[in-house]
Amino acid sequence: MITVELFKLVRRPRTWISIALLCALPVGVAIFIAVTHLAPPPGQGAAFLSAVVQDGSLYPAAALALVLPVFLPVAVALVAGDSIAGEATAGTLRYLLVRPVGRTRLLLAKLVAVAAFVLLAVVAVTLTSYITGVALFGSAPPAALGRPGSLQAGIPTGGVQAGTSATSLSGASLTLTQLVERVAGAVALITVSMLGVAAIALFLSTVTDSVLGAAFGALAALVGSEVLVTLNAAAAIQPYLPTRYWLSWIDFFRQPIFWREIQRGFGIQAMYVAVFLAAAWANFSTKDVTT
Amino acid sequence: MIVTRRLTKRFAAVLAVDAVDLDVRAGDRYGLLGPNGSGKTTLARMLLGLVYATSGEIEVLGKPVPGKINQVLPQVGALVEEPAAYPHLSGRANLRLFDAAGPGGSRRTRRQRIDDALAQVGLEGIDRRPVKAYSLGMRQRLGLAAALVRRPRLLVLDEPGNGLDPRGIRDFRQLLADLNAAGTTIFLSSHLLSEVELLCTRVGVLDRGRLVLQQDLAELQAPTGRIIVQTPDAARAVALLDGRVEARDGARLVVRHDDPAALNARLVADGVRVSEMTVHRRTLEEVVLDVTSAGSDQVGGTRQ
Repeated sequence: MITVELFKLVRRPRTWISIALLCALPVGVAIFIAVTHLAPPPGQGAAFLSAVVQDGSLYPAAALALVLPVFLPVAVALVAGDSIAGEATAGTLRYLLVRPVGRTRLLLAKLVAVAAFVLLAVVAVTLTSYITGVALFGSAPPAALGRPGSLQAGIPTGGVQAGTSATSLSGASLTLTQLVERVAGAVALITVSMLGVAAIALFLSTVTDSVLGAAFGALAALVGSEVLVTLNAAAAIQPYLPTRYWLSWIDFFRQPIFWREIQRGFGIQAMYVAVFLAAAWANFSTKDVTT
Repeated sequence: MIVTRRLTKRFAAVLAVDAVDLDVRAGDRYGLLGPNGSGKTTLARMLLGLVYATSGEIEVLGKPVPGKINQVLPQVGALVEEPAAYPHLSGRANLRLFDAAGPGGSRRTRRQRIDDALAQVGLEGIDRRPVKAYSLGMRQRLGLAAALVRRPRLLVLDEPGNGLDPRGIRDFRQLLADLNAAGTTIFLSSHLLSEVELLCTRVGVLDRGRLVLQQDLAELQAPTGRIIVQTPDAARAVALLDGRVEARDGARLVVRHDDPAALNARLVADGVRVSEMTVHRRTLEEVVLDVTSAGSDQVGGTRQ
């Protein structure tokens, strides 16, 4: 069933269109900045954008910061919200269930497909923005220490910032290997954060037969969380809000890595995934399928 | 094949299925009749484990449902209300996908089984067009093909004739009769009396969730002990048959009598000319209308 779900994901035009759109936004932003050289000053605008003019290889981080607040959650909420409700609306849910596909198994397959979509989207954004960044801004600041050889992959990381190819937020430079590791860490945390969104949307998808209802419900939860995150009066519950640690992946680009919020980010998302998946399973496995 | 005991389903305040004791035997062509909203679809969905019963027991192919549903369903083909498919994929891709989704369909025989099923429903020539380009009739055929891919022992069909043209309906009836002759038990729910009358050997009638009738069609349509006689000499026939004539409408007489041959011989012997003689049987329509009330889609005040 997992194979079938992945096949359906891959064969669906929507998957590729949404990923293409996600990749297009950072590319567009990069072109504007490259043409005008008007990057936001440090400390303003989206994270990293001021740094990328100096070093294009940091652009994946800037690109992730661009798509994370709105576009990625929208795409994920739609795909996850569609998973059960979409099948119910199309009438295919009952035909899958009488095949028979066990309800738990179906839910699991849907989750795997959504996770694959999230990973695919995040990795696609990372790769396209890396290529864009390097092509438009170059991969190292011309004024930097200037060691052309340092860009080759496989440089030993043992030395303390021996090769300079990127600059961390803290100003210290990173080797290519360190950069790759940190981007991978950021991709992992963002993927897990999106899985939290997906779990909420998947749960709502088992509650309602309306795809839009499930997707918008999940987005409403996120917007609500964003509102509370900035509200001092809600400080007591802030550590438990789903979007509280969303941006903590930026800490991967500090030198040294600031682990505290990253760990909390992983922890809180794991909790959301567990709670909402359990709720989705409990609801779906006892539900009367009348569509 | 299908046995239910006191099967009941309550949706909030509505009692959709009320203490139904269904009994479908192996080899039956069972037709479940009933007005719209009488609980046919809910009953079919419960048999397939889509809807969970409020109380009562279900046994399909000798195994409890929904307890052993995973052993039951691979041997059951189902068409529930409208057919459904993934619109951007071709018909064949849809059948492959559905077959691969659950256990019970060997990958090795998949292509052959899909080809067979498509041929059975008259779609062997379909190309790579996506299902969204199909007509309603083609979708219906594809839905039936999906039910047949596993070569099931039992077919559960809910309102299967919708969307087919008259020829399609006839092909479909013939296909079901052939499958039944080859050993497949058929459980079909419909509100089309004529379809059930032409196809089924056994009928159940649901009315407001209750199974008000369950009997072999042949028994239901057994002679009623009346014979309808058309004769130009009606007045003489009435005189001759004495009190046995129940009704007279011009040249048409309803005679209480068991043996048409004997009645005919007697009339002719007395010089009464007989132009037509029929053994009276109740139509399925009369039987069903007799035991059911108005459908739930008819909203009116109840007159007592």
